[in-house]
Amino acid sequence: MIIDINFIGLIIASIMASAVPLILASCGELITERSGVLNLGVEGMMIIGAISGFALMTVTGSLIIAVFGAMLAGVLISTIFAFLTQTLITNHVATGLALTIFGIGISAMIGKNFVGIPGKEFPVLFEGLKDTIPLLGPILFGHSIVFYFAFALPFITSYFLKKTKIGLIVRAVGDSPESASNQGINVKLVRYACILYGGAMSGLAGAYLSMIYTPQWIENMTGGRGWIALALVVFSTWNPIKILIGAMIFGGLTIIQFHMQAIGVRIPVQFLTALPYIVTIIVLVVISRDSRKIRLSTPSSLGKSFHKDN
Amino acid sequence: MIKIVKRDQPSRAIFFFTPVLAIFLTLVAGGLIFFILGFKPFEALKFFFIVPIADKYGFSELLLKATPLCLIAIGLSFCFKSNNWNIGAEGQLTFGAIVSGGVALLFYEQEGFYILPIVILAGAIGGMLYASIPAILKTYFNTNEILVSLMLVYVSKLILDYLVVGPWSNPEGFNFPETRQFSDSAKLPLLFEGLRIHAGIFLALAAVVISWFVFYKTYLGFQMKVSGFSLKTARYAGYKGKKMIILVFLISGACAGLAGVGEITGPIGQLHREISPDYGFTAIIVAFLGRLHPVGIIFASLVVAITYLGAETAQIFMQIPKYTGQVFQGMILFFLLASDYLLFFKIKFIGSKK
Repeated sequence: MIIDINFIGLIIASIMASAVPLILASCGELITERSGVLNLGVEGMMIIGAISGFALMTVTGSLIIAVFGAMLAGVLISTIFAFLTQTLITNHVATGLALTIFGIGISAMIGKNFVGIPGKEFPVLFEGLKDTIPLLGPILFGHSIVFYFAFALPFITSYFLKKTKIGLIVRAVGDSPESASNQGINVKLVRYACILYGGAMSGLAGAYLSMIYTPQWIENMTGGRGWIALALVVFSTWNPIKILIGAMIFGGLTIIQFHMQAIGVRIPVQFLTALPYIVTIIVLVVISRDSRKIRLSTPSSLGKSFHKDN
Repeated sequence: MIKIVKRDQPSRAIFFFTPVLAIFLTLVAGGLIFFILGFKPFEALKFFFIVPIADKYGFSELLLKATPLCLIAIGLSFCFKSNNWNIGAEGQLTFGAIVSGGVALLFYEQEGFYILPIVILAGAIGGMLYASIPAILKTYFNTNEILVSLMLVYVSKLILDYLVVGPWSNPEGFNFPETRQFSDSAKLPLLFEGLRIHAGIFLALAAVVISWFVFYKTYLGFQMKVSGFSLKTARYAGYKGKKMIILVFLISGACAGLAGVGEITGPIGQLHREISPDYGFTAIIVAFLGRLHPVGIIFASLVVAITYLGAETAQIFMQIPKYTGQVFQGMILFFLLASDYLLFFKIKFIGSKK
């Protein structure tokens, strides 16, 4: 059997495409967690982004409005989370769960009128260059702007956290809110900002799913990707570059299902669908076993509320 | 002027008052949402919360939906009280149903008094087995139980799907994704002629009584409370943390498994693709709304069960999508968490008094 080298390129490109929403949501959540906030509402924010993007695209016809609208929707819904956890000092885990349940409900409610409507074509960049280089052509060229942004994001995030002053402040707030506060940093303000940023990225991840990856609205279409994104943050030990690796592994697991079926491997389809979830668990176990390493890399105040008595 | 003052001690009266406040605020916000959607708010709320339980049949349906919620929430309260975040009860319910359904299918041509107890026990064991995975991974491999228990929900539903489509599907079932009907001996008896409420409700009531006893009358209950309050204190006091983590997971897994048994051996009497409308997730809200207190959980399960029925009624009579139920559930939890602020802080109106 001769395998076309461009075919391999296409498979790698499809793995990358399915990694995009995971990268976006994980990098957003990573910043949130680095500031000491655990937001379990990623799945809810993502699905809100998905329906908002799709609905705005259908109603306004503008892709730009739709993409930014989805990010704004993510910001708005995460504001609820920020207000509750930061201003009213609620428990992060419970509030995040409420956000997910609420988000799935609201999205289905809004989405009722958008089921079965076909999506629009999303423009891709460098389409003409696809055939110029064997193997690398399909990998590098012919993707949406969101795709390129997603693959740049881990590096931007890493630079932001390590080299910029604001990045340093975020880390300080996450690792030691008390001393950051004593230095005159407004801990709650920083955390608010990080939560809203996480919301924007989850919203964008959702919009990518409903507008670019599978351009249509299906109820519950995020299908647990928000939770996998959360697991990826742990997997990365809060290092954005490693999110890239993790997301590619999970993208690969998703894509492999289709090809296994196409080749005719006789494994029940349910087993292949379950694979990403099972692998997530195994990966979490392997990463977490070294409790010292996890303790060193976890933001020290993660999930703990901070309240300054007046 | 308004000033916010920290209370010296959390107020106990407010502790039990805030759930009521949360429900009230949810109704107000719900009315507002209906208004935005273009419905008359009061009429919509009536269809949502009063019409569904106005007759005998509706009340039986309410108890039918409240039963699994109460049972699971009781189990979860063991976990939550001791600071273990088991959010995968939906998976434990599904796996419990798979195991008990599998056992029931073994007896599908037989009748006998011994069948039902075996089927029920199998469900509890199934739930426990499934809950033991996050528990063991947490205790021995330091793995986050939130993510593991949640991932297992997806896995359990895929296992169920595989079984009812493949090896366990009814050979005479024209390829419908469902198993054979269980024999009558494997079904929980119905309590009243013509109503769907079944004996599973007694399992829930038993769980309420047992959990009350454990929480307030045993050393284990005390240990759980201390661990929930402060893990450091618990360790200092020399409690066997690992043992307790596994124990509370097993208890909550058993409860969820039993809820699964109720779903398949109650009105349905077979395994099929969708055995639970996310009872396992909704029960998390029930547990919090009931303040992790057995009696509170009874009331909370009834209140939250209405959102399921209301969503169905509103869909039929007003074409409001049934997901409104989930929106209400999310809102209840939001408002509950928010009103907890009053537990720790007092709002003082300065100037009017002084």
